[in-house]
Amino acid sequence: MEQIIITLVLISLGYFFGRHAEKRHYKSIIQREQTMNALPAIASRIPPSDGYYQQTLVSGNVVIANDYFKTFAAGLRNLFGGKVSSYESLLDRGRREALLRMKKEAQDLNAQLVFNVKYETASISKGNNNKMPMIEVLAYGTALNKI
Amino acid sequence: MLISNMEIMPGKKVLKHLGLVQGSSVRAKHAGKDIMAGFKNMFGGELKAYTELLHESREEATERMIQQAEVNGANAILNVRYSTSSIAAGAAEIYVYGTAVVLDSTE
Repeated sequence: MEQIIITLVLISLGYFFGRHAEKRHYKSIIQREQTMNALPAIASRIPPSDGYYQQTLVSGNVVIANDYFKTFAAGLRNLFGGKVSSYESLLDRGRREALLRMKKEAQDLNAQLVFNVKYETASISKGNNNKMPMIEVLAYGTALNKI
Repeated sequence: MLISNMEIMPGKKVLKHLGLVQGSSVRAKHAGKDIMAGFKNMFGGELKAYTELLHESREEATERMIQQAEVNGANAILNVRYSTSSIAAGAAEIYVYGTAVVLDSTE
């Protein structure tokens, strides 16, 4: 009985706090994306051929975790299969945040472009017995400064 | 030392290829941070302690790669790639590799 109560409390705490945190995070991501639009990040491997550029490697990383409610919901979803939307938003937030941090680093260098952007995603909670998903996303690319 | 994840340098000639250079670093988090992360897991969101840990780890791996390139007499590393793998519970390996080259330094 006690176990059930503790689980229910954790789920409801996770639901309310997690939801609030996610909303706030998305709001800040969208706001920062608009200000960072002036600095494009491009996945092309071929650098622009006009003039000389100074190149610097820039990167941004973030470790992000799901809340208790979403982990529970994903567990249920596992029974029936289908789209696991609670993980989708987690990965989406992680990727966008990592890209924004990379752009921030490039902006501090006064770069005009970020080229050859690559993403790297890793689950760092593998083998953990409590099965709490934690993912790390790294975005890296070459910042170009026109000389 | 110039580090870039592009394969070519516009306007600069590669004089010599010196082969692959690499650096790696394995780090585990200490117990205190693990407990804090456990709390954070209930509410979701960013785990700042881990973000910093992996960032430091990546810097160390890059530093080792640069050292190796310097020993080989390179002045640039091109086509750099990062890779992360979780090798055990609570430990992550960061691996970085690239091609060491000698670039023409005269403009």
